[in-house]
Amino acid sequence: MIESFWSKFFRFYVPLIIFVIFLLFPFYWMFNTSLKPMKELYNLKLNPFYVHQPTLENMKTLLFDTIFLRWMYNTFFVAILSTAISLGASLLAAYAIQRLKFKTSGPTGLAIFFGYLIPPTILFIPLATIIFDLRLWDSLWSLVLTYPTFLIPFCTWLLMGYFKSIPKEMEECAMIDGASRLRVFWRIVIPLCLPGIFSAGIFAFTLSWNEFLYALAFISTTESKTVPIGLVTELVRGDVYHWGPLMTGALLASVPVALVYSFFVEHYVAGLTGALKE
Amino acid sequence: MQIQAEERGWLRLRNAFSTLMENRNFLGFLLVIPAEAILFIFLAYPFILGLWLGFTDTVIGRKGDFIGVGNYVSLLKDSTFWLVTYNTFLYTIVAVLFKAILGFVLAIILNRDFKAKGLVRAIILLPWIIPTALSAIVFWWLYDSTFSAISWSLIKMGLINHKIDFLGDPTNARISLIVANVWRGIPFFTIGLLAGLQTIDPTLYEAAAIDGAGSWKRFRRITLPLILPLLAVITTFSTIWTFGDFQLVWVITKGGPANATHLFGTLSFQRAIPGGHFGEGAAISNFILPILVLCVLISFKYLKRED
Repeated sequence: MIESFWSKFFRFYVPLIIFVIFLLFPFYWMFNTSLKPMKELYNLKLNPFYVHQPTLENMKTLLFDTIFLRWMYNTFFVAILSTAISLGASLLAAYAIQRLKFKTSGPTGLAIFFGYLIPPTILFIPLATIIFDLRLWDSLWSLVLTYPTFLIPFCTWLLMGYFKSIPKEMEECAMIDGASRLRVFWRIVIPLCLPGIFSAGIFAFTLSWNEFLYALAFISTTESKTVPIGLVTELVRGDVYHWGPLMTGALLASVPVALVYSFFVEHYVAGLTGALKE
Repeated sequence: MQIQAEERGWLRLRNAFSTLMENRNFLGFLLVIPAEAILFIFLAYPFILGLWLGFTDTVIGRKGDFIGVGNYVSLLKDSTFWLVTYNTFLYTIVAVLFKAILGFVLAIILNRDFKAKGLVRAIILLPWIIPTALSAIVFWWLYDSTFSAISWSLIKMGLINHKIDFLGDPTNARISLIVANVWRGIPFFTIGLLAGLQTIDPTLYEAAAIDGAGSWKRFRRITLPLILPLLAVITTFSTIWTFGDFQLVWVITKGGPANATHLFGTLSFQRAIPGGHFGEGAAISNFILPILVLCVLISFKYLKRED
């Protein structure tokens, strides 16, 4: 079907551009505000869409007057550890459910899947009492231990889909040659599944980087906060909003996620759509 | 002699162990233990504990006593709670509806070949990838009552003559939050539905076009029925997340003005963490459960059908 230029223009380009502007505008705004000096932020005569005198003053305030870098470190620490724990546990579970097909593998898989549907909003209060009893209150370990509750269901689900997509023949051949199941798992399944493990890993990393509710509920000391919590609770003091440093912080804290994302965007899309189709 | 016997015994044990490791049921059971242990301690147990806490008067730092349906009775008498119930339903229904419609429209727009397809698809997922708390800060700043860029632009265009009080007025605050939620949720719908649209055989459309079906009819009779199961699953997920939403509201309005934007999630947080009333907070968040169960049943039905 050949469509005229104008028809394509109005039915495709115009709506597409409107959507892209709508979806990207907040990021532009983050960037724009982070470069503005204080007096420009609060000058209503100037056009706010344009930075008249770009400055790094906000960056300086953020890095030297707050413990932003400490928050970044905390977030990394929690994201990496919880991702590692979840990946390990999910890999074993997904292999067992999808490949070994043991007696209760069906119900087990389903139970893990339902785990993903329980929102943190229901869990954070009982979890808070458990964390309190475990004496992990205000410790980053409370997050390392609770993040796997949403990471494991997600990773297991994603990896089960991946296991389904790779052929069984190689594993069967190795087993005929006398390799044990564990050896097959270690030497054949894991290397074959690296791309799948990888997408599960980057997903898990972003999910824990983004987590908000548990970190807000379980952590109260300034030094132990993660980036999103630190920014929202420490840079707003009473009625004083430090918009410049806030936006700079939002921008910098988005960078690790955006970088991971931009390098592995195909893994993301494949992971998301794969997980949905399963 | 004894040493030999010992060695033989050990060997037998090792053989028995490796035979056991070849047993699918045993090995399968063994391999799921780490995942199940974590999920049991930090997911299943708190889930049950949450149901129990709702029937107690637990406050922070002290074990509470069983008080039956006391929390629920006092909540049902609390006008704030009814307002919050209304808010949560309004927020969920309107936001999910807009996310589904706009996400679907964008998926249809993108479901064709054009030059920068990969790039556009990558850009579109950004609102979903970037930490919500951080993008919520941007919305918060955009909704500032004095320095909002939105007000500034509308005034310059001559559409309004005084600044909009985005977060100070109940209706405005609700709309503002829904817009932020829709912004964040569109990508999930679009990318998910796009994957579904790409699996539809294009010859179906060609055949329909030859038979004289217009584009609306093709959408109604081909696209919609084929995409419906996937749309149902995505909508279910989105409904659960939106119904249990917390961070957008907490960052942008903290439930204000006058509780007009409090959801179950934010109200239970407020009563439980700063307020210290764990029992009451748990009771509030337990109101999310019926919707959750309903959604799980729906998604389960559609997932089954696809198998």
